[in-house]
Order: sequence, then C-alpha cells, then structure tokens
Amino acid sequence: MFGILTLDAFIHGPVETGAQLAVVGGALAVLLALTYFKKWGWLWREWITSVDHKKIGIMYLVLAGIMLARGAVDAFMMRAQQVLAVGDQVGYLDPNHYSQVFTAHGIIMIFFVAMPLMFGLLNFILPLQIGSRDVAYPFLNSMSFWFTVVGAALINLSLVVGEFAATGWLAYPPLSGLEYSPGVGVDYYIWALQIAGVGTLISGINFLVTIIKMRAPGMTLLRMPIFVWTSLGSMILVIFAFPILTVTLGLLALDRIFGMHFFTTDLGGSAMMYINLIWAWGHPEVYILILPAFGIFSEIVAVFSQKRLFGYISMVVATMSIAALSFVVWLHHFFTMGASANVNAFFGIMTMAIAIPTGVKVFNWLFTMFRGRIIFATPMLWFMGFLTTFVLGGMTGVLMAIPGVDFQLHNSLFLVAHFHNMIIGGVLFGFFAGLVYWWPKIFGYKLHEGLGKAAFWSWIIGFLLAFIPLYLLGLMGMTRRLSQVDEVFRPLLIVAAVGACVIALGVFLQVLQMVVSYVQRNKNIAGNDPWNGRTLEWATSSPPPEHNFPSTPRIKERDAFWFAKERRESLFSTPDHHIEMPKNTPTGFFVAMVSGIFGFAVIWHMWWLVPVCFVGIVTLLVVRSFEHEGSH
Amino acid sequence: MPAHAGENVTFGFWVYLMSDCVLFAALFATYAVLQGATFGGPTAYDLFDLPFVFVETMLLLTSSFTMGLAVIAAREARVGKTWPSGPERRLLLLLAVTLFLGLAFLGMEVYEFWHLIAAGEGPTRSAFLSAFFTLVGTHGLHVALGAIWMCVVGAHIWFNGITTGAVRKLTILSLFWHFLDVIWICIFTFVYLFGGLAL
Amino acid sequence: MKSFKAYLTGFIFSIVLTVIAFGLLHFHIKSGHVVPPHELMVPLLILLAVAQLFIQLVFFLHLGQEEKPRWNSVAFAFAAFVVLVIVGGSLWIMNNIDHGQNDLSGIYPTGEITPQGQDD
Repeated sequence: MFGILTLDAFIHGPVETGAQLAVVGGALAVLLALTYFKKWGWLWREWITSVDHKKIGIMYLVLAGIMLARGAVDAFMMRAQQVLAVGDQVGYLDPNHYSQVFTAHGIIMIFFVAMPLMFGLLNFILPLQIGSRDVAYPFLNSMSFWFTVVGAALINLSLVVGEFAATGWLAYPPLSGLEYSPGVGVDYYIWALQIAGVGTLISGINFLVTIIKMRAPGMTLLRMPIFVWTSLGSMILVIFAFPILTVTLGLLALDRIFGMHFFTTDLGGSAMMYINLIWAWGHPEVYILILPAFGIFSEIVAVFSQKRLFGYISMVVATMSIAALSFVVWLHHFFTMGASANVNAFFGIMTMAIAIPTGVKVFNWLFTMFRGRIIFATPMLWFMGFLTTFVLGGMTGVLMAIPGVDFQLHNSLFLVAHFHNMIIGGVLFGFFAGLVYWWPKIFGYKLHEGLGKAAFWSWIIGFLLAFIPLYLLGLMGMTRRLSQVDEVFRPLLIVAAVGACVIALGVFLQVLQMVVSYVQRNKNIAGNDPWNGRTLEWATSSPPPEHNFPSTPRIKERDAFWFAKERRESLFSTPDHHIEMPKNTPTGFFVAMVSGIFGFAVIWHMWWLVPVCFVGIVTLLVVRSFEHEGSH
Repeated sequence: MPAHAGENVTFGFWVYLMSDCVLFAALFATYAVLQGATFGGPTAYDLFDLPFVFVETMLLLTSSFTMGLAVIAAREARVGKTWPSGPERRLLLLLAVTLFLGLAFLGMEVYEFWHLIAAGEGPTRSAFLSAFFTLVGTHGLHVALGAIWMCVVGAHIWFNGITTGAVRKLTILSLFWHFLDVIWICIFTFVYLFGGLAL
Repeated sequence: MKSFKAYLTGFIFSIVLTVIAFGLLHFHIKSGHVVPPHELMVPLLILLAVAQLFIQLVFFLHLGQEEKPRWNSVAFAFAAFVVLVIVGGSLWIMNNIDHGQNDLSGIYPTGEITPQGQDD
C-alpha cells in the first residue's frame, strides 16, 4: 500500500537531519501561526482560491523568497565544503550528499526562484501595462501557480523523506538511470519538474494570449512597453521549448519505471540523445529568464534617465531575433561530446551571432542614459551593476563559443563563473531592480532607500568576490562539482567563500529593508506614480483596485501615460458601471494538490494510487467545465 | 467576462496545439535517432503491416471528417429550440460516430501493441522499440483523452443543449481531433511506410 | 470555407493521397524494391505526406482563413520552424556525434557493437 516507502526513508545522517528538522519546523511554525492568529479563512478566501493576477503575482514572489533562502543555504554549504575539504581533509559533507546539494541548488535557483520571480512580476505588472483587467485565463493562472508550489513542495519533501538526485541539475544518464541511481532521488527530481513544467507551459500560453489579444484599444504592437515585448519573446520560448523538457524527462521516467531503453548503456540506448534533447530545451530556458530582465531594465533606464528609451524599434527587432536564434545554438553546451568540426563550427558561429542583438540592447541603454538627467535611486544602481557585470560575463560566453577554447574550459569553474555571472548579474539583478521599482505599485509604499542601496552594494561586491576567483580557478584547471579540492586552489576558494558571506549580508539587508519599510509604510505612501513613470501601470492607484482601472483606457501613442501627464489629460473616460470579474475557485488548488499526490505515488511506487489521482484530476476538471462561468 | 472571451479560448488552444507539435517533434526526433538501435530484435520492417495500418488510417481520417460535420451541425443549430430538436440529434449522432471510429482506431492499436508485447517484442526489448511504443503510444493516449473529452462535450449538449459555451467546447475539441489526424499522417509515413522500405 | 464542401474536399483529397502513398509502397515491395526506384521512394512519400498535411491544415483546421491579423498562421510558422530545427538538428548532430571515434565495422561486420554479448 505504501509502495517502497518505509520508515528507513525518514532516517538520515546528521547534516540531513538538520535540514529535515528545518523544513518540518518551518512548516509547523507557519501552520501554528495561521491557527493562532485565526487566519485560515482569510488565507483560503483571499489567497488560495484567488484568480486575481495581482494576488497570484504576490504569491509567486513569496514562493521565490522562501526558495531563495533554501537555494542560498545550499550555496553556502558548497562554499564551506570547498574551503574545508582541501588536501587530505574530507570536510563535513560526503560526496553523495555534496552532489545532492549542488543538484538541489541548481534546480531550486532556476525553477523555484528565478522562474517564480519572473512570473510573479509578469503576473502583477503585465496586465496593468497593457491596460487590461486580468490575464486571458484567470483560472489557469491559479492552477499554474499551485503546480509550481507542488513542484517546490516535492523538492522540500525529498529532504524529509527519501533523498534527492545526486546527478547535477540536468540529471544526465546513465548516472540518472535506474542502474546508477536506484533510489528515489531522481524520481523526486523528475516529477517535481514535470508538474512545475506543466504549470509553466500553461502560464506561457496564458501570457502570450493576454499580450496578443487583451491590449487596450489603440495599443498596437509597436506602442507596447518594451517590458511587454520581452515578455512576449520569453513566453514564445516557454511555449516552444518546455514540451522538449516534458518529453525528455518523460523518456527518462519510462526508462526508470518500465525498464525502457532510451538512455541506457545497453540494448541500443543513447545517453547522448538525452544530452542533445535536454539542452535543446535548456538553452531557450536561459533566454526565457533573461529576456524579461532586459525588459525591466529598459523600463528603468528610461524612467531614471528621465528620457525616452533610445531605439525602440531596434530593441523590438533585437528581442525577437534573440527569441528565434535561441533555438539554434544549443550544441554549444556539449561541444566536447564528439561532433565534427563542421557541426561545432555552425553552432559556435550561431552562438556568437546571438550576442549581437544583446549588444544592440546594451548600446540602446547607454544611448538612453546619454544626456539624460540620471536619478541614482536603487533601481538605477541595480541597472548599472547589471550593465558592467553582465557585459563582462557575456564576453566570457563569446569566448567559450569558440569550440577550441571551450575544449579547455568546458565543465571547469570558468563555466560556472560565466553562467552565475549571467544569471546573478543579469537575471537576478534584473528581478531585484524590478522588485524595488514596482514594490510601491504592488504594496502601496516605497522601500527604504538607504537599506536598498546598502543591499545593492553588498550584492555586487559579494558577487564579484564570490565569482571572479572562480574564473581564475577555472583557468587554473579546477573542475566543477568537486567535493574535495587540491591545496593549490584553496586561497581563491577562501576569497569566494568570503564573497558568499558578503552576498549573505546583501540578502539580510534586503530582508531588513522589507521589514523596516513595512513598519514605516504609513510614512512612505507611494501614491499612483512615485517615480514619474511612463507606462500604464502608474495610471492607477497603488495598489490597484481589483478591477485595475476605472475603465478601459484608449491609447494613441507609445508611452501614452507620459504624454497624457504632459498634456494634463486623462486616458480614461467615464468609469464603468458594471465590472464583471471572475469568481474565486478552489479547483486550481485541488487539481495541483492531487497532482502532487500523483507525483508522490509514482516516486514511491504506490501504483494503486496513480489511477485514483488521474481520475481525481479528470473529475475536478469535468466538474469545473460544468460550473456556470461565475463572476461578480 | 470580456465579450471576446470565446476567441481568446480558441486562439489559446491553438497555441497549445503548437506546443504539442513540438512535443511530438521531440518524440519523432528520438524515434529517428533510435530507429536503427534494434539490438538484434525486430526492426521497423518486421513491424510493418500495410493493410492493418491502412485500415487504422482510414478509421482516424473518417472520424476527423465526421468531427468536422459535427461542428457544422452545431453552428447550424438554433439556440433556444426545445430538446431534442433536429440539429441536436444530428450533432450527437455525428459525435457518436466520431467516437466509435476513434475507439475502433484505438482498439486496433491496442491489439497491435498487445501482440508485440506478448511476443516478447515490447518497449523494453530495444531502444528502437522503446521509441516506437512511446511515439505511437503518446499519440494513442492523446486520442484516448480526446475520446473521454468527447463524452464530456456530449454530456454538456445532452443536459444543456447547444449553448454558446457548448459550441466553443466543441470547436476546441474538433481542433484537437483534427490535429491528431495530422500527427497520424507523420506517424504512418515516417514510422510505418518508411519501415516498409527497410531503410 | 468552413462549409460541408470544404470538409468533403479535404476528406476526398486525403483519402486519395493516402491510397497513393500506401499503393506506391505496395507496388515497390511487390516488384522487389525496383518500381518505383528505391532512391525515389523517400522523397515521394515525404511529398505525399506534406501534401496531405497541407490539405488537412487548410480544409480541416482552416489554417490561413482567420481574419487578420493572422496570429494562428504566425504561431504555426514558428512551430514549423522549431519542429524542423529540432528534428533536423537532432538527426544532424546524432549522426555526427561519433565523428571522432574509430570505425569498428571491419571488426564487427554486422555493425552491432556488443563486446559483452547480446544475450545477457
């Protein structure tokens, strides 16, 4: 009845037990607090069953924050291990555990921090920027969010019962196959990602349709804010890349559950096909993350230079070029896998080509700043930090696009430094900038500026301290994912560990900033338009009412809100009398929960439970289809 | 709800179908790469049975046609007539025929799979067979889900008549069903006919 | 175009194209892989498949018949691009991936490399 689940799965070594207690303790603390403050009803009515894009957006941000804590702890554990386990020392983590830590770190940061941060900001801001009342499919929006939560829950559950994958974040076979990973770790990995992945795909469709079909009248494509354009590019990538991930993980699952031979070492399987497929998804994935960040920076540069964004059309062309090109570069992740010079050269050239539109964007931002009247508020600082580090990191990418160079640097710490440079310096700085910039709109009060600046400086100094040494270590020959290192690498690893501590200080300052700002919120009321913005989200109150705008605005030009302000006009005519908004529903939450149980059942081989869950999901959806389209 | 909610649903579903194209593309790519990895087991040529696959193809193709006719019947229905009026009857009949043809297709496919597995030539025999069963099986799973959905739509129409909501649901279902026949064209060509060429 | 005539046209053309495809293969095999010539079979079958794809896309799925802006067609074009890249790219890459390896076909004439034997 419990499949292969036994009490043994709950017993772990000392370090894991600490983690177990943290997860269980944390969950219990939340449940107790909710009960003590009698907030269950509020939570259910206002948040869990909500289909409002603004509420869902906030919940995504909360999820990202919680998972950032866990992913960061994983990072600190790795830095600590590499500083301690030098020469003959073994550190405090055995190799298998260390492998689970770096695997979890990667999965969590990409799927449960970066993606939720992105979808959180997209959810809240996108409908506002196009003058719409909500996204195209509010119910699916809710369901997608809960799918993501279930994925995160499974990852955390693996700390409490069972183990996690020890394969790296992409789980290459044969290591991830049944023979070399017979435990449940890889299965947790597969099903957490499959469930969260379905949520992501549905969200991709949701936002694409929202952008294409729900813009305010008069807002042609070329009058959309650049953030909307980059979100469009990103959603196109989600829709056309995530099915590849679904298939690849699905085939791995078939190998593991049914003994098929897609990626096994015998009976004709090809592990290399896995690598080919997973990166055909993996490369678009990184552009999915960075494009919205580019869009956020485009908004911020214009507002804080008090000048119109330079080169709108070339920005649009660059964005769409990046979206298309990101599908033809994926082999650069496995130059060393054995293809001939022709194949490697083609993908190397395409990889360099894709750097060109990014360069166009950088110049457009610089030209926007030129002769502007720069305001050095926190969002602008994040932008300037991004500009410097991302360009440097991008250049290391172009360097590695040369197959001959990549043969030296593949899977060294140079690579690790490069992609952290892109993801932290690019994606994370972008979402932090967006958070600070849009915080007043979301919550109604501005964040403490001093603490914000302090947090930024900690982050950028910490980032440089933590990752520049890794470039050097890579050039010195240090491989990635080592749980024990040579004496010669120690000094730079110590510098990196110090950098990690400075980043930790940055995170602490961000949390402090949020707490202090909340306490002081009544002194920092934001009003509609605290930054003198250019786009539509600033045309309504902070936070916006449930229906976003009093009536649908009529758009005549780009930056319509800016020009309306200049002319002292309003974009809105008489307020609508009767506004229909979709009703709350628990169905999205329930479908996701049953999917979670389904995932757990497959992982632990509780085969009887699998069809039960399937029937449950179908029933819930069928019942939903019979519900009258409820509104209020 | 916005007035144009209906078009949004249809367009969104079309976008989903495009993502499903990519899903099948990954499965086709896997099949193409692994089709030679038979490891001493049966090859595509051994699986290939021209008359059998031809009948399957005709069943699915005809069901796609009758589904199209069902959509026409739905559009011609006038909302508000008492049930069971002419258009509703015709629509439900066409849906029933479509469902029957689809289930017949599935039956043949299950028969084929069963036969192979019983002969020890199931998906665990070789990478080629894993790829074959998964590609064709995923298509079959989609057909099965479509069949279930057809029953749900039929139930909607039975209980509530041909409302605008029902027409929208039916339109989307028809897109799905036609799409499955489009995928089948690729399957019978690249799996079965190419198999027969003993490449 | 969403009329009975459209669906009937699509249906008839699809039947014809299917019969031709199956028929060609039938004659090809019957004649001992000679008529039509083996090298022509693959292009012919692909052509017939693509033709039927278009017939069904246009007559059943009404591709290209929506009112402007034709977002369905744009989405389809991008999907076609991605499909071709993934299938074509994967075939190119995976057939090339053993470029650096030795040619063992002289040692194992069947082409199946099974140093440990197949019947484990």
